Amino acid sequence: MDLQALRLSLALAAATTAALLVIGLPLAAWLATTRWRFKVVLEAVVALPLVLPPTVLGFYLLVAMGPKSPLGHAWVAAFGRPLAFSFEGLLVASILYGLPFAVQPFAASLSGVDRRLVEASHTLGVSWIGTFFRVTLPLAAPGVLAGAILTFAHSLGEFGVVLMVGGNIAGETRTLSISIFDSVEQLDYATAGRTALFLLAVSFAVLVVTYSLRRRPVLG
Amino acid sequence: MTSRLAFDLERRHAGGPTIRAALTEELAPGQVLVLFGPSGSGKTTVMRCLAGIDRPDAGFIRFGGESWFDGAARIHVPPQRRRVGLLFQDHALFPHLSVEANVGYGLHGLPAPEQRERVGETASLLGIQDLLTRRPGQLSGGQRQRVALARAIAPRPRLLLLDEPLSALDAPTREELRGELRALLHRIGVPSVVVTHDRVEALGLGDRLAVLAEGAVRQIGLVHEVFSAPSDLVVARVVGTENVVRARIFGSEAGLVRVEIGAARMLAVDPGHIEGEVFACIRAEEVLLERAPHAVTSARNQLPGTVTALSLEGPLVRVTLDVGFRLVALVTRPGAEQVGLAVGGPVVALVKAPAIRLVPRG
Repeated sequence: MDLQALRLSLALAAATTAALLVIGLPLAAWLATTRWRFKVVLEAVVALPLVLPPTVLGFYLLVAMGPKSPLGHAWVAAFGRPLAFSFEGLLVASILYGLPFAVQPFAASLSGVDRRLVEASHTLGVSWIGTFFRVTLPLAAPGVLAGAILTFAHSLGEFGVVLMVGGNIAGETRTLSISIFDSVEQLDYATAGRTALFLLAVSFAVLVVTYSLRRRPVLG
Repeated sequence: MTSRLAFDLERRHAGGPTIRAALTEELAPGQVLVLFGPSGSGKTTVMRCLAGIDRPDAGFIRFGGESWFDGAARIHVPPQRRRVGLLFQDHALFPHLSVEANVGYGLHGLPAPEQRERVGETASLLGIQDLLTRRPGQLSGGQRQRVALARAIAPRPRLLLLDEPLSALDAPTREELRGELRALLHRIGVPSVVVTHDRVEALGLGDRLAVLAEGAVRQIGLVHEVFSAPSDLVVARVVGTENVVRARIFGSEAGLVRVEIGAARMLAVDPGHIEGEVFACIRAEEVLLERAPHAVTSARNQLPGTVTALSLEGPLVRVTLDVGFRLVALVTRPGAEQVGLAVGGPVVALVKAPAIRLVPRG
């Protein structure tokens, strides 16, 4: 098995999960409480990666990160190297692609917290933010943890978007699933088999943990 | 020192009724105002607006010289800055925190030693010192109630709001806690507003009572007066046809108690563990009328008196009597004719001991 690819996949999955906790929790909290009329539009945007072919998302991201786009241009100006085909570009793609896997279980578990507990906290003088960290988040913790684990596992095995945005650069963008693809292309079925089995075992273990954290399906 | 609570608010519910309620009331420390109404009358909405967790669509709310809400001036003081203690119907204790952390939850502004002191003080006031390390899931209904009350009063609120405080409890606990809760509310020394649709709860807890019906406050006054003398038909329908009179228990025998009501003395069934001042409740439908005292009857109470008023209510006649106190009886028209009822005429009212319900006055 390609250990460099394993290390890269783990780093990518960990960074994606951390980023989605920071971005996804406030977004989920907002979705769980708002009565905004056009909330469904945002919910649909968040859920898009579930139905969109990874190549489509990857294509748009590649275009957005390319040296001719404002984003790609600004990135080169700031860091001196292109965003596309780099680990950072991969991370951006992975975060966007993992959004529904984090936000949906987060929102489900946050909205499962009894509203009256939140109201009780408010009447006891605790601010909106304070209430979130002292009441809502602790009570939603199992669901949030399940969402984080699912996000991690999903990012670990991502292939389509990664290939489109990152290509296949050893140590920079070659993740586990791309190394499987590589091995198969070189007719090295033994290596491909070992890597595939590893990802299968990890995915299975993650689902067992996730389902034991919550009795109902996370995306239900 | 009293604090004035004044509100005139309107809250529209999409696809539902519009709630309107207006009231001005001086609240003394420890005084309990009951907001009484049937389910759907909007009393919970009013309470949520007072707490600040719901926002009226129009109107104003003022308390103790402060404006909490003003629709025209676009003022809405958030719940965090109202210093109101809210007791939820099902208590809403934080399930992931110990009793101690629940009681201390609203004290985050105080230094740690003072927090501990305040939690200890509040816990001993409510008799929950032994429960501090437990989780809400390990408490009985009555214990949860005390913990919830402790949590609400620990930050020293200026106003306590209680939403049907006894309805989540089983019947025996409810009986036990009713008198205790009233005594507690008086001892805490904070004015309270209790929302309820339960007459016994209203009588057992309240000093004054405001009747909320058909989207508005219809009548306000002393609890037993509103119950005994509804100002109009709507209020009468809401509070029921019941005589509610002040009474005093002065003795007991064989499971029955002797009560003094005005100038009359009666026998009632002993509800247990109560003495002294009580409210006696007698449903108007359960009062029998006779022309003369009976030598032999199963009814324990025969009250001679005079008829002071008669009014027709469909097939029934509402008879107001003076039997040493004001007593209303509801009888059928043929029944009234047989007894020969006439204003100013003599009559004997028969009341069975089990027909008298005694509610402690704490």
